Amino acid sequence: MVYKRTCLLLMVICTMFIAFESTNPTKTVHAFSPQVIQQGATGDDVIELQARLQYIGFYNGKIDGVFGWGTYWALRNFQYEFGMKVDGLAGQKTKDKLVQVTDYDESFVKEQIAKGNKFTHYGGVDKEKQSAPQPQKQQPKQDGGAKQEQQPANDGGEQAQQQAEPAPQEEQDEQPAEQGADADAQAEGPATTAVNVPQGFSQNDIQLMANAVYGEARGEPYEGQVAVAAVILNRVESATFPNTVSGVIFEPRAFTAVADGQIWLTPNERAREAVLDAINGWDPTGNAIYYFNPDTATSSWIWSRPQIKRIGKHIFCK
Amino acid sequence: MKRWILIAVLGLVVAGTAFWGYQEHQEKNAILIQAENTYQRAFHELAYHIDLLHDEIGTALAMNSDQRLSPQMVEIWRLTSEASSDVNQLPLGLLPFNKTEEFLSNIGDFTYRTAIRNLDDEPLSDEETETLKNLYEQSAEIERELRQVQHLVLEENLRWMDVQMALADEDAQVDNTVIDGLKTVEKTVEGFSEADVDSSIIGTSAKNHQYKFLQGSKDIDENEALRISKELFKIEDESQIRITETGNGAEVPMYSASYTNGDRHGYLDITKQGGNPISLLVERPIGDKKISLNEGTERAEEYIEKLGFEDMILFQSSEYDNIGAYSFLYSQDGVRIYSDAIEVKVALDNGDILGLTAQNFMQNHKERDIPQPDITASEAKEMVNSNVDIQEEFLAVIDNDLGEEVLTHEFLGIYGDDTYRIFINAMNGQEEKVEKLGGSEINYAVN
Repeated sequence: MVYKRTCLLLMVICTMFIAFESTNPTKTVHAFSPQVIQQGATGDDVIELQARLQYIGFYNGKIDGVFGWGTYWALRNFQYEFGMKVDGLAGQKTKDKLVQVTDYDESFVKEQIAKGNKFTHYGGVDKEKQSAPQPQKQQPKQDGGAKQEQQPANDGGEQAQQQAEPAPQEEQDEQPAEQGADADAQAEGPATTAVNVPQGFSQNDIQLMANAVYGEARGEPYEGQVAVAAVILNRVESATFPNTVSGVIFEPRAFTAVADGQIWLTPNERAREAVLDAINGWDPTGNAIYYFNPDTATSSWIWSRPQIKRIGKHIFCK
Repeated sequence: MKRWILIAVLGLVVAGTAFWGYQEHQEKNAILIQAENTYQRAFHELAYHIDLLHDEIGTALAMNSDQRLSPQMVEIWRLTSEASSDVNQLPLGLLPFNKTEEFLSNIGDFTYRTAIRNLDDEPLSDEETETLKNLYEQSAEIERELRQVQHLVLEENLRWMDVQMALADEDAQVDNTVIDGLKTVEKTVEGFSEADVDSSIIGTSAKNHQYKFLQGSKDIDENEALRISKELFKIEDESQIRITETGNGAEVPMYSASYTNGDRHGYLDITKQGGNPISLLVERPIGDKKISLNEGTERAEEYIEKLGFEDMILFQSSEYDNIGAYSFLYSQDGVRIYSDAIEVKVALDNGDILGLTAQNFMQNHKERDIPQPDITASEAKEMVNSNVDIQEEFLAVIDNDLGEEVLTHEFLGIYGDDTYRIFINAMNGQEEKVEKLGGSEINYAVN
């Protein structure tokens, strides 16, 4: 065991030297911004972090600019192998180490992301072999060689590797021209190719809820929108309502905006943010499962529900 | 004279017809919308069920104990039947979609067979595990394709009624993305509890914990509420604040305060008893990102400490459009208590606090007698599926399926490309919960 570890370390150091030696002269000073990068972060620093971790074979996922679990384990493995404090945070020391032992070809990575290519950033492999144009299903053989050499440096992540080829997260087949249409949804969003989503929800779920919230409560104050989203979620949890977001929203006669088609108006950012807040746990209604507008409500039954509070034009009740 | 009467009568007839026609038109529209909604619902549910199916199969892979596995198989089986009923509701009469249905029924058959078997006597064979793995990968692909179609449907406001028309009219050369997308789904297949949405187990405590932890026994009055909200909103002018009370349906009586000042808007709930803040929301335009998610953590920590919440540890952080969202868990002597959670939102342009919700904490928090675990961490590790590579371990109190709080060993581990959170009961070694962790997704808008 001890022998194996020493062996590993030696190899790592070797790789390190090779990387260092060959890249040092050309290295531009560009490196991370001073921030400490932690799980959940997005943006350029995360792209650089992923690219650098991939360079020495710790990270085998997509370089997408979102610090998710894959990046987290890769970073911890890196910290472990280099005898640093294993905390999964990319602080100054960790970043310095990374910069020291890896090379980051920013223009290459940025270019690939901008083009929407599928690409990798392994050290010691011809760049051209590491990128594939858009509508490509097959992942090029690129990383085979590189991986073998660097495999030893990585013990925890190697399982991840075995499945890395055919497994998830590498789609992006035909995606018609609709970049422009989405400009507002991801306003000036940097080059990240992934986004954070709350556990258990997809972007589409969020979008659908934002549609419903916007259709139902676009004239309401912000908390009124969060409240409507919270009611949808409370209904999903309630035993007397459907168990899915779409089931609740499209339940016949449940929401007027659905019945009259207003749900198909394009929601704004505010509605989306309100939905995210509700999913993240905000519930200004205090567990309400009904609400109504007292000025337009036609059913007398609704008035018999125990009322919790009024937000904007809506009364929320149990 | 006669002429005038004739004109009047004719006029009436015309008006009547117009009115009748308008009504018919309205009715037809209403019915169209309703039909459209039914289709939309079936489609979005299909996408959701496939999402869930994929996750549940993944979870089954990471499970070890047979007591958990049987119910999990039943769950998967149920999901397949729901998903295929969704497929059947879609107006796809003319589109060959039977491969997908076949795939669903294959999963259904497989899980049904294993679910009714006594897994104690006859655990899953290697072959069966292999099958499950294959199903997992295939469902991943279907999930991905469907999400893509779903994104297009939402993005371009596509109507199923149009799809139906396009399908009926085969000659018409329409560029119908939905049909193309669904055909791709079908092609992919050719090549090879919901009960609680399990969004995350935070704060999923039994409902009957009724705000046990309200500090202070005295009720506050409106003036006091005004003072507290002024402080929490950080504004000087209290005339902007509007205070309202909750009605009799509320679980706990509260004051709600709101204010608007230019493009800044705030909302706050505080309990009458003791004036404890339950939720705070501040809305304002967010500028460019100036501070990091990590610095945001510090702001959030400072903030909850100032509010008097002690021993809270950071559990999760995520960045959404220049806003940092953080959740904290209460830690009693190093044991993480999942139901006692607080969420904080920080603006990453200047570090302002944009929101706080302590509802879960206030509902569930109490001083607990946490027993010594009967089972050590290394014993508990034995209970975890040996394919899972465990990376981190904690002690945690979670709510089990019956809504009771149990002490568990929590393990974070990797299986394949996915990360799982696994809870093993620290008293009897039962596998309480296995959760596949997500947290990020391809950005369809950019890709």
